[in-house]
Amino acid sequence: MYKIIDKISLNPTVTKMVIEAPLVSKKAEPGQFVILRVNNDSERIPLTIHDYDREKGTITIIYQIVGGSTMELDKKCIGEYIEDFVGPLGMPTKLDGLKKVAVIGGGVGCAISYPVAKKLHELGATVYSIVGFRNKDLIILKDEFEKISDKFIVMTDDGSFGEKGLVTTALENLITSGENYDEVIAIGPVIMMKFVTEVAKKYNIKITVSMNPIMIDGTGMCGGCRLTVGGETKFACVDGPDFDGTKVDFDEAMKRGGFYKEFEAREREKECNLLKKEVK
Amino acid sequence: MPNMQQNKTQISVQEPNVRNKNFDEVCLGYTLDEAINEAQRCLNCKNKPCSSACPVSIDIPAFIEKLANSDIEGAYEIIAKSSSLPAVCGRVCPQENQCEGKCVRGIKGEPVAIGRLERFVADYHRKNLTLKPEMPKLNGHKVAIIGSGPSGLACSGDLVKKGYDVTIFEALHVAGGVLSYGIPEFRLPKNIVQSEIYHLKELGVKIVTNAVIGKSITIDELFTEGFEAVFIGSGAGLPRFMNIKGEALNGVYSANEFLTRVNLMKAYKEDSKTPIKCGKIVAVVGGGNVAMDAARSALRLGADQVYIVYRRGEAELPARKEEIEHAKEEGIIFKTLTNPTEILGDDKGNVCGIKCIEMGLGEPDSSGRRRPVVKENSEFTIDVDTVIMAIGTSPNPLILKTTNGLSANDHGCIVADEVGKTTKEGVYAGGDTVTGAATVILAMGAGKKAADAIDKFLSK
Repeated sequence: MYKIIDKISLNPTVTKMVIEAPLVSKKAEPGQFVILRVNNDSERIPLTIHDYDREKGTITIIYQIVGGSTMELDKKCIGEYIEDFVGPLGMPTKLDGLKKVAVIGGGVGCAISYPVAKKLHELGATVYSIVGFRNKDLIILKDEFEKISDKFIVMTDDGSFGEKGLVTTALENLITSGENYDEVIAIGPVIMMKFVTEVAKKYNIKITVSMNPIMIDGTGMCGGCRLTVGGETKFACVDGPDFDGTKVDFDEAMKRGGFYKEFEAREREKECNLLKKEVK
Repeated sequence: MPNMQQNKTQISVQEPNVRNKNFDEVCLGYTLDEAINEAQRCLNCKNKPCSSACPVSIDIPAFIEKLANSDIEGAYEIIAKSSSLPAVCGRVCPQENQCEGKCVRGIKGEPVAIGRLERFVADYHRKNLTLKPEMPKLNGHKVAIIGSGPSGLACSGDLVKKGYDVTIFEALHVAGGVLSYGIPEFRLPKNIVQSEIYHLKELGVKIVTNAVIGKSITIDELFTEGFEAVFIGSGAGLPRFMNIKGEALNGVYSANEFLTRVNLMKAYKEDSKTPIKCGKIVAVVGGGNVAMDAARSALRLGADQVYIVYRRGEAELPARKEEIEHAKEEGIIFKTLTNPTEILGDDKGNVCGIKCIEMGLGEPDSSGRRRPVVKENSEFTIDVDTVIMAIGTSPNPLILKTTNGLSANDHGCIVADEVGKTTKEGVYAGGDTVTGAATVILAMGAGKKAADAIDKFLSK
């Protein structure tokens, strides 16, 4: 059992949670993930590590409430326990030797792009953070990003904050205005990573994306998280989750990601009904 | 005077057309009278050919003799000396190739039903005995076991009985390894697995779940934390695919994923929070026990038609005979001498068919089985909406990648000698991680041998 030390709502659908997990925090690095089970009948869900505190033995996760399991997780309060919490899984993001990097986060993907940007900043790299959200109410981690970024750009779909448009536009504008990057790192919805990859490819800049497919065990056992990368089958859980964006078959990944959509919608509905009942 | 009845005493099973719709255990087991009747068929051979064919060397004639004389606890004690998991082995061992294959009664008629008797004794003990086992006296040495599957459980059982302080590290949230995530409820009920594990815990074995060795903690760190020896029983959990077109389509599963969803995550239950999408027409590729388990699970999940697609002939099917028979009775369709060449998908990326080619059998290959050869121009398509790949697994590379000084062979298996000693001082290994995918009982045998070797190493 893993104790919840802190819980903060970042926006109506995104929550930050600090969990006591000394075995995980000892080894955790940016880019890695955990698998958790909320209760003893829950499913295993992968969540990327947002932050870690080796001294306190804690791991911070940020999750978006999208389906039954994240709703279940969000019902837990400070002082309560999570049934299972295992990690750190996957390979850490490779950051050594990078001098100037554009780190791009889309939506809740910013929860993961932030520790990458922070680590780069600590390593002495110049960090340009570009984040994209649908509107200003959904923006998370703005102050945190500002602190560690040499340049910080917020894009919103509706222009309610920062600039109106997509992260790809911001990236392309920077590049055409003469900015050069050793690497672009993009973390967010698959469709966003696909288009960021196209921009990076156009200007011949190395692009790393963080894939987030469906998985069960997270240790290479089920193969559910398989992706086609450079024509080869790769398991995101052990070979990734970071891959060279130019080699990833994004269209296939998007199709695979939607396999359980109907089930997810049904579970969401069920959880919502439960919540309604509890409110009465 | 032994009971000279030619055939095994009949055992009751659920009717095929009933059981193929539920996940309850297929075999219902012997009654006390049936078990004693069957036990009396044993000739009590002096040279015990059955025992010599048992990977964990159970004194089979001795336990059967106790049973024949209605001393069931006596029988249990004899089995327990050699096996930590009798209720499991009685159910899943390929007895026809081991103990029963060597039984003298099998020369003229059927061999003694040793597996069924082992199962009976273990079940009887579990249901009727509440005595707590005596905790062995600790000898002050700490041993770490990686993986809580058959080899790790067998190794820990033997070590704890010798007085070692044993801790098992398990990556998943439930102990049991393949017994929990792989073998389905209808063949091996999970409460039986958990009660065998509980028995080991009562003896003093500690189990740490959610600990991925190589990620959460490394083998070298285990030594710095005070463990004096390590046994690696991490199995062969990495699923293989065929590398044919269409394997990334939605509706293509590895058998590991399919069975893990069903068994470990209980996706077969109505209220399960883990989903499984099993279609109406399913092709399972492969001919081993895992393929049978996947096919029979698919049927129970509501598939109308389930095919086993296997590239060799029926005689070459590697699954246990009983599983093949049970699968056929339940309505699984066998397409042997058939090999998939492509999985077909619709425009949404879902499986809609599997293209296959007919095979013939040529000369025997290195495994001694006749090599399948392609029949030209024999391609055909089966309309299916789900494909399950059950063509084998390889050892997980996680531990090898993160441990200095361990050697592996070309197949990614950890190199260990016949007692499990690896190339790294104090580190032993056994089971599928050394041999590649094999059986529960062979893994248990390897775990036992390693326990002996570790005992010798630490008693120096």
